[in-house]
Amino acid sequence: MSPLDRKVLRDLWMMKSQMAAVAAVVAVGVASFVSLWSMYEYLKTSRDAYYREYRFGEVFAAVKSAPDRVEDEIRRITGVAAVQTRVVHDVVLDVPGLREPATGRLISISADGSRRLNAVHVRRGRLPRAGTRDEALASEGFVEANGLGVGDTLSAVINGRWQDVRITGVGISPEYVYEFRGGQVLPDRRRFGILWMDRRVLAAAFDMEGAFNDVSLTLAPVATAGRVVDALDRVLEDHGGLGAYGRPDQLSHRFLSDEIATNRVTATIVPVIFLGVAAFLVHMVLARLVGNQRTQVGILKAFGYSHGAIGRHYLKLAAVPVMAGGVLGTAFGMWLAVQLAGVYADVYRFPRVTYDPGWGVALTAVAITAAAAVVGALGAARRAAALPPAEAMRPESPESYRPAVVERLGLGRFLGVVPRMVVRNLERRPGKAALTVIGIALATGVGVVGRFTFDAVDRIRDLQFQVAERADVTVTFAEPRGRPALRSLEHMPGVLRSEPFRTIPARLRAGHRDHRTGLVGLPPDGSLRRIVDGDGSIRRLPPGGVLLSTALAERLQARVGDEITAEVLTGERPRLRLEVHGVVDEVVGANAYLPIEGLRRELQEGEVLSGARLAVDPARMDALYARLKQSRGVAGISVREATLDTFEETFARVFAIATTVLVLFATVIAFGIVYNGARVTLSERARELASLRVLGYSRGEVSRILLGEQAVLTVTGIPAGLALGYMLCWVLRAAYQAELFRLPLVVSRQTYVLAAGVVAASALVSAAVVHRKVRGMDLVEALKSRE
Amino acid sequence: MNVVTSASTGTAVFRARALRKVYRMGEVDVVALDDVDVDLYEGEFAVLLGPSGSGKSTLVNILGGLDVPSSGTVWFRGRELTAADEDELTRFRREHVGFVFQFYNLIPSLSARENVEMVTEIAADPMPADEALELVELGDRVDHFPAQLSGGEQQRVAIARAVAKQPDVLLCDEPTGALDLETGRLVLRALEQVNRELGTTTAVITHNVSIADMAHRVILMGSGRIENVRENAERARPEDLHW
Repeated sequence: MSPLDRKVLRDLWMMKSQMAAVAAVVAVGVASFVSLWSMYEYLKTSRDAYYREYRFGEVFAAVKSAPDRVEDEIRRITGVAAVQTRVVHDVVLDVPGLREPATGRLISISADGSRRLNAVHVRRGRLPRAGTRDEALASEGFVEANGLGVGDTLSAVINGRWQDVRITGVGISPEYVYEFRGGQVLPDRRRFGILWMDRRVLAAAFDMEGAFNDVSLTLAPVATAGRVVDALDRVLEDHGGLGAYGRPDQLSHRFLSDEIATNRVTATIVPVIFLGVAAFLVHMVLARLVGNQRTQVGILKAFGYSHGAIGRHYLKLAAVPVMAGGVLGTAFGMWLAVQLAGVYADVYRFPRVTYDPGWGVALTAVAITAAAAVVGALGAARRAAALPPAEAMRPESPESYRPAVVERLGLGRFLGVVPRMVVRNLERRPGKAALTVIGIALATGVGVVGRFTFDAVDRIRDLQFQVAERADVTVTFAEPRGRPALRSLEHMPGVLRSEPFRTIPARLRAGHRDHRTGLVGLPPDGSLRRIVDGDGSIRRLPPGGVLLSTALAERLQARVGDEITAEVLTGERPRLRLEVHGVVDEVVGANAYLPIEGLRRELQEGEVLSGARLAVDPARMDALYARLKQSRGVAGISVREATLDTFEETFARVFAIATTVLVLFATVIAFGIVYNGARVTLSERARELASLRVLGYSRGEVSRILLGEQAVLTVTGIPAGLALGYMLCWVLRAAYQAELFRLPLVVSRQTYVLAAGVVAASALVSAAVVHRKVRGMDLVEALKSRE
Repeated sequence: MNVVTSASTGTAVFRARALRKVYRMGEVDVVALDDVDVDLYEGEFAVLLGPSGSGKSTLVNILGGLDVPSSGTVWFRGRELTAADEDELTRFRREHVGFVFQFYNLIPSLSARENVEMVTEIAADPMPADEALELVELGDRVDHFPAQLSGGEQQRVAIARAVAKQPDVLLCDEPTGALDLETGRLVLRALEQVNRELGTTTAVITHNVSIADMAHRVILMGSGRIENVRENAERARPEDLHW
């Protein structure tokens, strides 16, 4: 090994703690990129493969009842590739171990299992046998959430009668990656499940022999969904079609795509911030370390080493921590991705968990940090090498000193000698001071960003489940009912208060944009369901107009005062012209609200309701549930507590893991920046500090000069970092385009305190290390050698 | 005994004419060298004597290719150094010059032997590193790091490092400047020995008048000019020097 290479090793060893800090920061930057991007890729490729292999439909429609011959008509629509008709019905279920009634979606499946589209992947057990009335294949999420298994029995109200259904197998389908029922804000796997049953059995039970009420189709390669949707609507119109829609409006797909889009944003913006900060740190540290070796560069040149040889030498020095960090970060990132994939596999159900390690991603991440290191190290090496060797070997010429601003303002006499030196030193090298402040600000900002999603999800939970949705139980009827239905609910055990709601599926149009959603009619003075703005304030429903959530308004590009059209998809299919009276920044969903009376007037109907929200005496819940299980015409109920639990188990869990990791990463970065800043400053100033000691300054005073500077920089950097963090959160929030969740821009006090605290703690630990070094400083050596 | 006893009979290794060097220090120009003509002869031991700021370091740095003059010409054995580019200067230093500085400038992370090897590594015809260290009587301390050596020992490592490549010239800038009398004598003895045994042309910069007594030739500098050049009829031994 050449002596120069040995010098690389020895220098690395001498600066091992700084190098370790650099490696750790690089590792964190790379790991965040590798893990988050791998997760995004994993979700996307798993979904695409699933859709392809299990032939997920591209256009969907529900219809009241259409004879089988209509299927041929549909097949003849230009652009249709394959058609699948089914019988689909929502029923009330009595699930063993579940107090409240659940909703089961019964979906017909051909006895031989050969369904052309939306194929079911059987995980365990088998499909129901042809002609058996009491067998069903159940969806995995539902089965697992309720602790059921193959062979267990449920009760379902089929055609008005309780009937036992035995689970013969467990399956999943691309149609229900999220087991999601319309009208819910969140999936509730415990109270909503899919039961695939024999088609003839379902047809007989629901008077659908020779008919269907649900159709899915795929498109020929060149077909456009819009035309096929229109043609399908025309074909189904006479049979009570509820409006065809393309895949983008399919609930499970919409939710999943939102998640993937969110992941994509997280996987780009967060690592860009982290890698950027890591690159900045690596650049700064290496530039200063090499700058410190100015004299050695001079001596190497004096002995005839070429620029190239010197450059390569420092490149090796920089490469070691960066490569070590890169390898460590890649390994950690991939490990993390596998862990996250496990969590995701639980939330998103795919037939196969394929995790493909993102080598390309890893290489990109390492390349970015390596580039930063090369620029940092080479830049400094070149600056040192550019000087004639004689110049390089002289210590840098002292910069011009002058009294600091504070002193020029006449405040000098209030400052002691030590503070005066601190102030002068900071003023003398404003560039270097600014870099340190930027570094500390970045470290603080990263901490804020890391915990932001946690705050945002917390806020969503508060707004959605404490402020907006306050009903204990929400009952949805299978068909709209009249006022007596509300009264019978009010008389059920434990019901303290009730509020009706009316929802009706509609396609909203504004100009050439449209969106399929539900018009929601609510009592304007209701207290069980309130409309809440992003800042937590309650919005009153404006009479005579419609209130859009921001997500919907953005989608339609509609503003207050615009007129939009609502094409109602049931009954007489009226076209309503509605004026947008307001836009509300709701955190969840894309909804259109009207006062319930207003909606009924528009629909020219009486006191019709789709369901009701109930406030219930907690002690009498069980009695209420028992009654609800026996009630005819109830399609489903949702329980606030239960939905909240699901929220915690799924989204909050995914977010919590990501947040924990990010906060951890941010801590490492913060420490890396602050610690290295202090160490490099110490080595740059060793000679000067030793001189002060020789002049009779005490160790304490010398430490105070150095640490005083660091303290001023830290105290400046932290508030700047908190502001920067808020801005980064704003960027992150703006980048999220998800419709189902809008991250509110809230940063909690704890987050600020935590981010500032981590940086302050790093500064204190670094100060302790520096103070110890100052105590142990060899005066003679520091003065003699200029390294 | 000596290769050259009189300057007038030797061949010039360095020939410098009309050298001028101006440093810009902030707002003012500082003239470090002002119209200097000087020759260094094959095998001689020359001492450049003068107070600090007299321009002696600047002169030696220019001769050694560490710095470039503002104007004037330097020839090394008929080759015009002042016309050389950065790469040629690097090659010149690598092949022909050994340096010794006041502050030793050892690489702190390398042992004595490794510091010498740093130079033998890139030299065309070096002597073994251990042999160079033997020459300065440090054969038993080859594995010590700079921090484990005294100032005198460090300076002798620097000398070993400078001579190991068997340079044509040895340029020493205040080699005893940071040392006490006793240690200084040891270092000077090492230099004298190299000059005598290897025949290396040696130029030593000092502000210490006594050291001039051991030179073949003394070049006296002041205010960026050469004030006087004299030859010592009789050279003092390093052991007999006092200051």
